[in-house]
Amino acid sequence: MIKAWFKSGSPWVWLNAAAVSTSIILVVGLLILIAVRGLGHFWSSDIVEYLYDDGFQQTVIIGEVVETSRMTVNEAKASGYKVPDNAEFFEQRLIKTGNRDILGSDFRWIQSQYIKKQSYLKDLIVLERREWGNFYGRLVSVKENGKIVAEGGKAYQVAQQSIDRALELFDEIEFLQKKKIGSINYALEHLRLKNRRLQLQGKWNEDEAQQQTAGKTFYEQSYQELQKRLVGLYLKIRRDSLVVKDSSDTTVEIPVAKVVRLLQPNAMNVAEKIWQYGIKFFDFVSEVPREANTEGGIFPAIFGTVMMVMLMAVIVTPFGVIAAVYMREYASQGLTIRIIRIAVNNLAGVPSIVYGVFGLGFFVYILGGKIDQLFYPEAAPAPVFGTPGLLWASLTLALLTLPVVIVSTEEGLARIPKSIREGSLALGATKSETLWRTVLPMASPAMMTGLILAVARAAGEVAPLMLVGVVKMAPTLPVDGNFPFLHLERKFMHLGFHIYDVGFQSPNVEAARPLVYATSLLLVLVIIGLNVFAIGIRNHLREKYRALEN
Amino acid sequence: MAVNSKQPYNSGLQTVSPQYQKWRLFKDKTTEYGVVAGGLGVIVAIVLIFFYLLYVVFPLFISAEAKLVNQYSVPESNLGKTLLLAMEEQNEKAARLTETGTAIFFNVKDGQTVKIEKIKIPDQAKITSFGQGDLPKGNVVYGLLNGAAIIVKLGYKTSYPNDVRTITPSLEYPLGQQPILMDEKKNALIHIAARINDEQATLVAVTSEKQILMSRFSKEESLFGDDEYERNDTVLDVPGQNIDYLLLDKRQQYLYLINKQGDITVVDIHNADDTKILEKLNVLEPKVQVTVVSFLTGELSLLIGDSSGVVSQWSIIRDEKQKVGLKRLRAFKVSQKPVVAISPEQRRKGFIAIDADGVAGIYHTTAERELIRELVSKHKPVYLTMSPRANAFVMQDSEDKIHFWSVKNEHPEVSMSSLWGKVWYESYPKPDYIWQSSSSSNDFEPKMSLKPLVLGTLKAAFYSMLMAIPLALMGAIYTAYFMAPKMRKLVKPTIEIMEALPTVILGFLAGLWLAPFVEENLLGIFAILFFVPLAVIVFALGWQYIPQAIRHKIPEGWDAAILIPVIILSTWLAFIISPSMEDIFFNGSIRNWMKNQFGIGYDQRNALIIGLAMGFAVIPTIFSIAEDAIFSVPKHLTVGSLALGATPWQTMLRVVLLTASPGIFSGIMIGFGRAIGETMIVLMATGNTPVMDLSIFQGMRTLAANIAVEMPEAEVNSTHYRVLFLAALVLFVFTFVFNTLAEIVRQNLRQKYSSL
Repeated sequence: MIKAWFKSGSPWVWLNAAAVSTSIILVVGLLILIAVRGLGHFWSSDIVEYLYDDGFQQTVIIGEVVETSRMTVNEAKASGYKVPDNAEFFEQRLIKTGNRDILGSDFRWIQSQYIKKQSYLKDLIVLERREWGNFYGRLVSVKENGKIVAEGGKAYQVAQQSIDRALELFDEIEFLQKKKIGSINYALEHLRLKNRRLQLQGKWNEDEAQQQTAGKTFYEQSYQELQKRLVGLYLKIRRDSLVVKDSSDTTVEIPVAKVVRLLQPNAMNVAEKIWQYGIKFFDFVSEVPREANTEGGIFPAIFGTVMMVMLMAVIVTPFGVIAAVYMREYASQGLTIRIIRIAVNNLAGVPSIVYGVFGLGFFVYILGGKIDQLFYPEAAPAPVFGTPGLLWASLTLALLTLPVVIVSTEEGLARIPKSIREGSLALGATKSETLWRTVLPMASPAMMTGLILAVARAAGEVAPLMLVGVVKMAPTLPVDGNFPFLHLERKFMHLGFHIYDVGFQSPNVEAARPLVYATSLLLVLVIIGLNVFAIGIRNHLREKYRALEN
Repeated sequence: MAVNSKQPYNSGLQTVSPQYQKWRLFKDKTTEYGVVAGGLGVIVAIVLIFFYLLYVVFPLFISAEAKLVNQYSVPESNLGKTLLLAMEEQNEKAARLTETGTAIFFNVKDGQTVKIEKIKIPDQAKITSFGQGDLPKGNVVYGLLNGAAIIVKLGYKTSYPNDVRTITPSLEYPLGQQPILMDEKKNALIHIAARINDEQATLVAVTSEKQILMSRFSKEESLFGDDEYERNDTVLDVPGQNIDYLLLDKRQQYLYLINKQGDITVVDIHNADDTKILEKLNVLEPKVQVTVVSFLTGELSLLIGDSSGVVSQWSIIRDEKQKVGLKRLRAFKVSQKPVVAISPEQRRKGFIAIDADGVAGIYHTTAERELIRELVSKHKPVYLTMSPRANAFVMQDSEDKIHFWSVKNEHPEVSMSSLWGKVWYESYPKPDYIWQSSSSSNDFEPKMSLKPLVLGTLKAAFYSMLMAIPLALMGAIYTAYFMAPKMRKLVKPTIEIMEALPTVILGFLAGLWLAPFVEENLLGIFAILFFVPLAVIVFALGWQYIPQAIRHKIPEGWDAAILIPVIILSTWLAFIISPSMEDIFFNGSIRNWMKNQFGIGYDQRNALIIGLAMGFAVIPTIFSIAEDAIFSVPKHLTVGSLALGATPWQTMLRVVLLTASPGIFSGIMIGFGRAIGETMIVLMATGNTPVMDLSIFQGMRTLAANIAVEMPEAEVNSTHYRVLFLAALVLFVFTFVFNTLAEIVRQNLRQKYSSL
């Protein structure tokens, strides 16, 4: 019977089924992995305190458990660890101890066998700082102008108030520095360029010179005023400091100005933790990165991605649709158009890095170089458009996604029954009227599908962007309050590149890893959302025309 | 109702004015032209990509050109014979150093003398020898009759008075204006060589007593900021007879003593207190004589021109047995006549050589390429020099004429052999395939073998196809043919979403999560290959014996769903068991075991990781095309087969797969194309080391990743830049051809189906 079963080929069918199941497990598993790791980033985990004795010295370790790994005794021995003979396995834990300024690194591997005592006391705090990463330890007191204002149990409350105050001041300082002083610098640079341009054109005269000086003095004055206000704010923000104790009971004084958040995770209940989770998540999507992108938020990357994709959509849609209309409605359907169709189809399969190379060589160096020569001679030798930037990135990706839009729109046009076109023409409409009033509206969902797929592809593409405009840290957003508001020549940040950069180029990969997972999750959600949306539209469309054909 | 007969009958149709009709026609035409223009424009833009890549790559394959610009009499020929001609950077000014110790600066263009400056040599001292220093620095050294030597530097100052570039030549004395007394006995120095760098200076001279003297000046930073030199004199323990050429490299490590018969003695003088003869050998065939010797730029190799018209390149190499010695890397046949002069380029590994008949050839050593061979003079050449940027040369002939030639030679480094063949690079033990495109140093020999990159690309694609093809094809077969339609509606979009996952995320997971995980659980990964199929078969077998009542609760075609827990469990089991198996069979660590038993090294980021991650990325591409092909096999074929008594599997194998095979083939091709060009996964999940190694446990560097890594740093229009474009063009053409083939196959299949 078994022989017959094998002969019938059933085992093969089962194995084929297993291949499908494996693929499904891989996809779902991957999504779950990203989701769990990404979402875990915002959870305030409990802080543990270990009494650790590895035979040489006894230490106290305070931190969060990040990872536990087990190996067999033999394996551990082969790797050179000392393992007691009666142990069943060898366990290590990765502890995020923070306090990089004191301990030298954020993480530490410890061996579970040496843990003498473990406790989760409620007074343990975690301080998120602007520099040096997290601090783990205990809060001793709060100082105002060097005098202690709160101690012991009350200190936590007072510290929170003090931090809130400092955060407000910090926002104000940021506003003055980035926005106000930024725009003054921008205006001064503008003046300088105008000056240079006029000189190059030989139109420099006394009037202009006076205007320039007046402008300069005005800006310099407002700069002085701002500077004064800033000094005042700096004084204010430096008022408070927190006195804290680290794991070795050493007292450290941390200025409140450097603190982003103070929490006692062990004292928080689930509701509070969920609330904190929300706050942290909001901060993540709305704040700028800190510490070489390894901490803080990813707002500029989100903004840059959205900007780039929007620009790309604006460029790619009309061209893609026109090309599709031409190929389907106007061109004679001979061998030539068949070849062109195959070629366009295949462009979707050309490696994206090739588009990047083309974008860099043609758009940036040739087009950009020409534009600089013609319109920005005053900026030389600094390039304006002759260097990678937002415009070139959008153009490159538009070229990259052009086949997607063309193919999708063509498919939509092909699905429209001939009878509809003929009906319109029979009623006396010209070809263009048929196109505008009948065919294109009916094909619009297909165009939408194409556009969404294009956007989804563009949002996830990184390789070409590395060549044509993405940077790890852009000082300014491509949109700001300075005329002309949209700065196409600026470099920008991008979610995908952020993942690559933080995950592989950052000095502190271990600390940044959760953040990369969170960023990945965001990107995956956006892209899957767009794709599901596009698939939905496509299916809906098919149903609709199936009804029409009958 | 009274009808006014005078009014025309109004039918309700609006009469259309001719103007409006014209307007409509105009709109129609405009739209047509607009769409045609736009459509063609887009198509042209797409074609432009290909032509632009070609346009950038093309100059790599243009041969070089040389053109005579001017010829004129040697300036101030009365001031003595030429010892050296040297041009400055801009090819504006040149210097002629003569045997009387005079520097004549002249305009390169017309030979007009700009300045004559006498080198400060004491009156009683006559010049007896001359040596050239490190070319880009412009140093020369004169040996004198009284046993002293003086180092002179040709300096050029560039200024821009009134926005016009003006170059002012001058003579400088890097080690002071006072001649350095080398031989206390005041014998004449008959051969001399000198090199100066930031830390030390070395002078070596052969005296008329056949003694070889060396003076080394080491710079000592004094407290007060002025540099002081510590002098160290040595008499080398090397016979000084029969020496015709004396060369010293710029690292001041090796001294080469060469005679006309081709005997070379290499002396290691790195340590002044312990100089030793490294090697003695003869480099020529019998009856052939050395006619000229020069360093190649970087001064790691010697170029030896001989009387048979051959220029050979010799370099000191540490071979695989760690023996250091002079080896002949390659040779160029200039002509049948003796080589008269050789002048190396200053920034590339090229040189120009000229024979007694005045035939000059420009060569590039690494590329083993002859770029130009041209008759440049009717008279016997005397002196030849290449300009610093290698875009011109001047040559003096025996009739005291100077010929000024301009050279267009942008990309000599590239040849078929340097891109695809084994090349013997300087200081390498043997010819090899190496990609190492740039370094900080000017003397660097770019190594641009595309072989390791192409091999890496194919390796990455191969291992990912190894993972993707079975999973994708088997999955496609099941989904298209056996799966319940309802489940198929769920499964297909899920797998297609895989395709949309940004590869940067896959790369990140592969590099930071999968790679360490696989390293820890290597045996587990291989155990899965065994456990999962076994578990599935055992489960399927067992399924037969389960009571029908339970079995029929699962509708037909949902087998894949019930297999999910089976696969998860068996995978988990594989990981649980593998540590103990590793303990028992492999002494605790399979990686160490492999290393000790077979010498297989393990990189954390290796081809296995790429196979898994990129395989994952390619699965949906193959799956979706293959599934379409299988699904659209006409039903009457399968029904016929089943009716004749074939089992579903037999039908699948013999009828469906056979019919759909072109579609499956095209799916695999497109998947392969994707694996070839994928950038981010490879960039993040391999070490990006360009090695020629096919092991699954080693990394690689692919063409695409290489472009991503090096493109931002490549200087525009440099050879490196163009070679990267060449790599992009190769990728473009490769994927384009593959996809086109696949597409044609698919379209033919579609036609076949519709005719069935």
